[in-house]
Amino acid sequence: MKVKVISRSTDEFTRERSQDLQRVFRNYDPNLRSQEKAVEYVRALNAAKLDKIFARPFVGAMDGHIDAVSCMAKNPNHLKGIFSGSMDGDVRLWDLATRRTVCQFPGHQGAVKGLTVSTDGRVLVSCGTDSTVRLWNVPIPSLMESDDSSSNEAKPLAVYVWKNAFWAVDHQWNGDLFATAGAQVDIWNHNRAQPVNTFEWSKDTTISIRFNPGEPNILATSASDRSITIYDLRLQSPARKIIMRTRTNSIAWNPMEPMNFTAANEDCNCYSYDARKLDEAKCVHKDHVSAVMDIDYSPTGREFVTGSYDRTVRIFQYNGGHSREIYHTKRMQRVFCVKFSSDASYVISGSDDTNLRLWKAKASEQLGVLLPRERKNHEYLEAVKNRYKHLPEVKRIVRHRHLPRPIYKAASLRRIITDAERKKDERRRAHSAPGSMPKDSLRKRRIIKEIE
Amino acid sequence: MNNPMFSVQQHENAEEEEIKVNKFLRGEVADLKVVKDKKLKGQLEVREQLYRKSAKAAVKADKWLMPSEGGFLEPEGIEKTWRIRQEAIHTEIDILSKRNQYDIVFPGLGPYTLDYSINGRYFVAAGQKGHLALVDMKKMDIIKEFQVRETVHDVVFLHNQKFFAAAQEKYVYMYNDNGTEVHCLKEHGAASRLQFLHKHFLLTSINIFGQLHFQDITTGKMISNIRTGLGRSDVMEVNRFNNVVAVGHSKAGVSMWKPTSAVPIYTRQCHMGYPVTAIAFHSNGHLMATAGIEREIELWDLRKHEVLQTLPCHANSLDFSQKGMLSAASGSSVQVFEDFSGVYMNHPMAKGYQIKKVLFRPYEDVLAIGHSMGWSSILVTGSGEPNFDSWVANPFETRKQRNEKEVHALLDKLPPETIMLEPTNIGSVKPTRNSGSLSKQERDAEMEAAVEGAKNIAFKKKTKGRSKPSKMAKKKQEAIVRTKKPLLEQQIKEEKDLLSKNKRKRIGEDIRLPKSLQQFAGKPTT
Repeated sequence: MKVKVISRSTDEFTRERSQDLQRVFRNYDPNLRSQEKAVEYVRALNAAKLDKIFARPFVGAMDGHIDAVSCMAKNPNHLKGIFSGSMDGDVRLWDLATRRTVCQFPGHQGAVKGLTVSTDGRVLVSCGTDSTVRLWNVPIPSLMESDDSSSNEAKPLAVYVWKNAFWAVDHQWNGDLFATAGAQVDIWNHNRAQPVNTFEWSKDTTISIRFNPGEPNILATSASDRSITIYDLRLQSPARKIIMRTRTNSIAWNPMEPMNFTAANEDCNCYSYDARKLDEAKCVHKDHVSAVMDIDYSPTGREFVTGSYDRTVRIFQYNGGHSREIYHTKRMQRVFCVKFSSDASYVISGSDDTNLRLWKAKASEQLGVLLPRERKNHEYLEAVKNRYKHLPEVKRIVRHRHLPRPIYKAASLRRIITDAERKKDERRRAHSAPGSMPKDSLRKRRIIKEIE
Repeated sequence: MNNPMFSVQQHENAEEEEIKVNKFLRGEVADLKVVKDKKLKGQLEVREQLYRKSAKAAVKADKWLMPSEGGFLEPEGIEKTWRIRQEAIHTEIDILSKRNQYDIVFPGLGPYTLDYSINGRYFVAAGQKGHLALVDMKKMDIIKEFQVRETVHDVVFLHNQKFFAAAQEKYVYMYNDNGTEVHCLKEHGAASRLQFLHKHFLLTSINIFGQLHFQDITTGKMISNIRTGLGRSDVMEVNRFNNVVAVGHSKAGVSMWKPTSAVPIYTRQCHMGYPVTAIAFHSNGHLMATAGIEREIELWDLRKHEVLQTLPCHANSLDFSQKGMLSAASGSSVQVFEDFSGVYMNHPMAKGYQIKKVLFRPYEDVLAIGHSMGWSSILVTGSGEPNFDSWVANPFETRKQRNEKEVHALLDKLPPETIMLEPTNIGSVKPTRNSGSLSKQERDAEMEAAVEGAKNIAFKKKTKGRSKPSKMAKKKQEAIVRTKKPLLEQQIKEEKDLLSKNKRKRIGEDIRLPKSLQQFAGKPTT
């Protein structure tokens, strides 16, 4: 007869020397493991709790300005620096790692309303209410490191004076034109003292302006007549325009899906549109309780950050109706501008209290270099938490955020108001002839009309 | 490529692979046609593809990366496996395996019960006269043996070999691996059987009054104390698939219990009313074997709740191995069944050795027998799982690995509410119910669940005499009534609706009223 019995030799299953790693053997048979789902659920619960324990999003504040911060600009070639302009004409370059001013750009007489950096990161363009556009040389990074104690002052490269006060400025992503917004939309070249081209559609001022990351000739603007206009530089007249019920304060294009943009509106919502089909919003992002002042997309294109008049900064998913995260501090007053850092890990907010604040994009993220095991563990915990985040206990922990009392009260009041309106609408519909009251979705409701 | 034989072979290989992949897929592929939301459907499709990929990778690892192969016994010629004796096997195997066949004799110290630690390396034996011995099976070395000078009914390892619990004459005691008595668990009383639930760290006991105790040994808290009400019982086993405790009774068959409910979650009459002498569960959770006094073993399918097969075999003790072999012991002989069509192996011992317990050793082809003269160990080829997973149970564990494992097990400790008959229900979505289609049973279950939830509400303790026991009891009662009220109201409403629907049908009204006027529709016409 043939007999074989399981016999394991110890040498095969234990390590040879004490310097070696211990040997690990795997058998993926499900029969060896019981109650896998319950174990995963317990791990998801613990992961949610740990997330909350490690959630410390505030990194630091950068103070130096003596008036409210009105605009910020990212340098596409240098990760660590950010430019900010304030209401008294002070433009500064900050080093995010040390949170100190590297260089100051004095010169503007009134508020600085727009800042932007050229494609190669060498030239900073600033515009303000003193009807000037100033071009500055951005100091080279190697010099920045050595001179971080003294704040340098730079001389402008050029100063162009024009007819009206400017409200915003933006540079092409891949070109050498920049556009300013004011009484009309002007297209400038670096070397020319006068705009190369001017667009004027309505008599109202244009408040914000953004170039498309994918198409260098397309830009979107918002005006104080509650419209959003899309211009094409190659055409003589604007391409498309929609008029909404309330004014849009800022627009941001999705860098990964350049046909989509999101508009930050005065009615506390953000509306995401597909630029090719403007009759209906793709998504309405609701969570703020006061006007949304500024919006910026993450370089991954998957989330965006908004700063609002209600003293909070919120981070939304690109397709989510509600915010994933909210940041607030007692000392942070009205937030006027926000930026997502170019490595998608930080969010910078500039607010009324003259400070710029640096926050983590993921509140419980461990910064610095992670060991491969740490990284794998974080990924596993994230995955298991996402798998069970719809269950009540886990959901309660994951969703929980502390809100300041005025915002909590304002949010519940808004909820009561919208519920009451909805109920009244339903009752009106129930008591009228079927079909006489058409239902319109929120995505369409806020748009008054579209003009070609 | 046009060869039909080749394509048939390919087809067969594909089928085999399908079966193997299904082994690693936990459950069936979800039906995505009912999902209307396109975005969700896309996300779920991606998920399903990922699961399939990981199952395929597991199949490959299973095929190529396993270090050991299982044992087997192939008879040659006219030999039959049940005729092969241990002595015959002894001559054919290697030295290390020969060490696993032995008899240890302690005459006069009573029938022995035994337990193996979860990795099969450590072994504790308890003689009824009070002899406790802790043995390291790899080194074949007694770690500690001592006398407690009391009758010991049962012994069980706790989470690792460092602690074990012994059910002694009056109380249950917990011992260290040094032989030190660590705890005396008085609440359990005079227990007759002990079991340990590894994932929940719960020590379970059934005592001579038929009371089940569940104690969490990490905090020491008694989770629940259930009066089975079905009399004294000596048979208690745990289904390792869902961690449900099954108790065998002398008149009431088999009942299954979980710590969070005072009523059994499943009862079943078996063996035609005769007392149940032993129960054993297969590791996949479907199959249960019960043995009765009328010398039959019944194999139950726990999904369909019916008897699959009856084996004519007398059994005082049953155990399933990791590979699905069933060992049945009675008197002084052991029979091992592999596929239930006939006996696989047979081991008769001398008449004086009356067997109390059989237990398969995890990850080895060894069967331990505890009998009236001590304990023995025999080889049953093909019964153990040849490949262990270091993260589940490691027979070659070092001290550091053991400590790390303990910490991780404590972090992943499951709450007692996760014990249920269908463990895959956790995380699943309750199907939306149409109010008319609730049967009485479901309604009762819902009410009971709501009442249990209400009972668990913790009330704030108030100071200055405002939290008197009478007031707290009254508050609790009110909470229970409050949770019951909407369910009862809904029941009454449904009954009323049913009545009015019947009435309307009789009247013959089939005009669809607009929504705003429907509140007037139910009024009876005078």
